[in-house]
Amino acid sequence: MDLRLSRESAPYVFISPFYIMFAIFGAFPIIFSFYLSFNMWDGITEMKWVGVENYIFVVTDPWFWKAIGNSLIIFLMTTIPQHLIALTLAYMLYLGTIKFKEFFRSAFFLPYITSAVAIALVFQLLYGQHFGMINAMLKWLQAVPGIGGLFELMHLDLPIRWLGDPKWVKPAIALMVTWKFTGWNLILYYAALQNIPTTLYEAAKVDGASPIQIFFKITIPLLRSVIFFAVTMSIIGNLQIFAEPYMLTGGTGGPANSGLTAAMYLYNTGFKWAEFGTGSAMAYVLCSFIVVFSMLNKYFFRDKG
Amino acid sequence: MKKSKRVSLSILVLMVMIGAMAFGKTTIDVACFPDQDSGFKSMLEGFNEKYPDIEVKIKVNGFAEHHDALLTQIAAGANVPDVATIEIGYIGNFVAKGGFVNLMDAPYNAGQYKKNIVPYKWAQGTTKDGRMVAMPLDIAPGTLYTREDRLNEMGYTIEDMVTVDKWLEAGLKFSQDLDGDGKNDRWLVPNAQDLATMMIKSGEERYFDKEGKCLVGNERFIEGFKLAKKVKDLGLDGGIGAWTNEWYEAFKNGTILMQPSGAWLGGHLKNWMAPDTAGKWKALNLPNGLYINWGGAFMGIPERSDKKEAAWKFIEYAATNIRPQLEQFEASNIFPAWMPSFEDPMFEEESAFFGGQKVRKQWAEAAKNVPVIQTDKFDKMAETIVNSALTDVLENDRDPEEALEEAKRLIERRTRRRR
Repeated sequence: MDLRLSRESAPYVFISPFYIMFAIFGAFPIIFSFYLSFNMWDGITEMKWVGVENYIFVVTDPWFWKAIGNSLIIFLMTTIPQHLIALTLAYMLYLGTIKFKEFFRSAFFLPYITSAVAIALVFQLLYGQHFGMINAMLKWLQAVPGIGGLFELMHLDLPIRWLGDPKWVKPAIALMVTWKFTGWNLILYYAALQNIPTTLYEAAKVDGASPIQIFFKITIPLLRSVIFFAVTMSIIGNLQIFAEPYMLTGGTGGPANSGLTAAMYLYNTGFKWAEFGTGSAMAYVLCSFIVVFSMLNKYFFRDKG
Repeated sequence: MKKSKRVSLSILVLMVMIGAMAFGKTTIDVACFPDQDSGFKSMLEGFNEKYPDIEVKIKVNGFAEHHDALLTQIAAGANVPDVATIEIGYIGNFVAKGGFVNLMDAPYNAGQYKKNIVPYKWAQGTTKDGRMVAMPLDIAPGTLYTREDRLNEMGYTIEDMVTVDKWLEAGLKFSQDLDGDGKNDRWLVPNAQDLATMMIKSGEERYFDKEGKCLVGNERFIEGFKLAKKVKDLGLDGGIGAWTNEWYEAFKNGTILMQPSGAWLGGHLKNWMAPDTAGKWKALNLPNGLYINWGGAFMGIPERSDKKEAAWKFIEYAATNIRPQLEQFEASNIFPAWMPSFEDPMFEEESAFFGGQKVRKQWAEAAKNVPVIQTDKFDKMAETIVNSALTDVLENDRDPEEALEEAKRLIERRTRRRR
C-alpha cells in the first residue's frame, strides 16, 4: 500500500489540525453565537426564536450603556499611558545609554506572560483599604511635606478605597491593566525601532538636529505603521477586558456598577442570569463597536499623501 | 495458534475479566462547594457500610464557580454530576426550569420524608406545580455574631441587645477613631450592606410574590436601604468586603461589634478565621424579632445523570438520617434540616468558642420560627440589580426610594420577556 500523499492533497492534510481546531473552537462559537443572538435560551429549556428583540433590548438597556461607558473610560485610562510609556522606554533602551538592556526588556515583558488571575489576586491585596500596601505607601508619602500639600490640593482623601469607592474602581483596574500590557507594547516598539536605518540619524545629527527634534521628526513618523498596529491591537484588547475587572470586583461589577465592563456584563447575562441569547446579542453589538473604532483608528493613521 | 492470535485472545480475556470486576461497583459524582466536602467526607464511612457497592467521588468547586459550572454542564449535557448541591440563592435558576429529576416520583418518593424536614426548607425545593427537584440538605437560620467582651467593656449585656436602635446606640459608642487620623478604626459592622440584606431577607417573600410580581421597592427594601445608609453616614460601617483579608482581621482584632449571618459562619469563625478569639463571642437572635434564612443548600439529581438510583441513595442517606446529618454538622457546621436530629444531646452541648453558650439549641429554636419563603427563577438577577442599587445609595448618595424604583423598572424589563 502506498502511504504517500498526493501532491495536491498533502498541504491540506498537513494544515488540517489547525483548521479542525479552528472550526471547533473558533468558527463554530462565532456562528452559533450569531444564531443564538436571535433566540431566547436559558441553557436548559428549548430555544425560542425572537428575531431582533434581543438586539433592541440590549441597545435600550441602561446597564449596557453604562458598561460600554466603563469599558471606554478604562480603555482611555490605560491605552494612552501604555503607549506613551512603552514608546518612551523603548526609545531609551534603544539609545543604548542604559546598561543591562536584556534584563530590562525581559523584566518589562514579564507581566504580560503572567496569569491575569494571579495578578488580580495579588493586586486585590495591594488595593486593600486598611492594610493594603499601596495605601500604606501613600500614607507614608503624605507625611513628606511637599507631597502632603499636593495631596491636600487634589483633595485626596486617604486611605483610598480602591475597590470600594466607585470613583476609584476604574483607575484601580486601569492601573493593573497598564502594568500588565505596557511590556508587550514596549517589545513591539523596540523591535520596530531597530528597523529604522541609523544613516537617517547620522544625517540628521550632521544637519544639527537636537535629539528631541530627531525623535519627533524622524522616529515617530517612521514608526507610524507600528503605532497603528499596536493601537489597533489595544483597541481590540482593551475594549474587551474581562479577567481583570472580574477578579478585582469579585464578579459583581463593583459598587454601583463602576467596574462593570461590557465583556463582563455579557458574561454575567449569559452565564449567571442564564440569558444566552441576550448575551450573544450583546457580544455582537460590542463587536460592531470594536470594528467601528478600528476603522476610525485606520482613518486617523491614514497616509496623508 | 499463531503467536499474534494468542496474544490478542489473552488480551481479550483479560479485558473481560477486568470488566467483570468493575461491574459490581457503581461510581457516582457528587458536585459541591466548600465546606460541604468536609461534611460529605465525614459521612462516607457510614454510607459505604450501608451501600458497599456505590463508590462516591466528591468534586469541589468554589461557591459561585460550582453553580456556574452546573448551569453550563446541564446546558451542554456533558460531564453532568449525578448529585449536585445547590444553594438557596441559586435554587431559582434551577428549580423552575427543569433539568432536574422530580423526586416526588417513584422510585424516589421523597414525599414520605416531608413531615420530618424543617417546613420552610421543604417548600423552597418545590416548584409551583408541586414537583420537588431539590432535597433539603441543611438550613441556615439567621443569627447575629457579636463580641461579648467588647459589649461588656461598654457596659452592655447581651440581653440588652434586642432592637436595631439599641445596636445603633452601642455602635455609636464603639465606633471610634483610635489613632487620630480622622477615620474610625472600630465599627459596628464590617459592611452596612449586611444590615440591608438582613431587612430584605425578612418576611415570607423575597423579590417576587407568588404570581411573579416584582416586590422590589416595598417597605422592607426601603427600610433596609435607609438603615444601611444611616449606619454608613454615622461612620459605623467599616466598608470591608466579606471574605477578604481585612474581614478576617476585623474578627481577629475585635474591631467590629457584630456580624449578621447564617449559622454556618460560626464554624468558619471557630475553625480558621479567628480561632484565638474563642470564648469572646456570642450568637444572638437577630434584632427586632427577625427570623430569617441566611443560606442553606439542597441536593438534586440532574435529568442527564445515568445513575439516578445510586444518586438518590446518596441523597436519601445524607438528608434523612440522623447520623450523617450530625456528622456533617460536626465536620462543617452545616445545620441539619432533618428535624429528628434536633433531639440529639449534641444540641445541648455548650460551645467553648461561644463562651459556654448552647448555640446549637438556640439555632434550632430560631429555625422553627423562620417563615416559608417564595423563591423565583429570577432571584439571582434581582439580587444583583438590588445590590447595585444599594451600593449606588451608599456610595453615590442616591435617594433610596428612587434607586429602588429604578431597580424595579430594570428587573421588570427583563422578567417581562420570559414569564
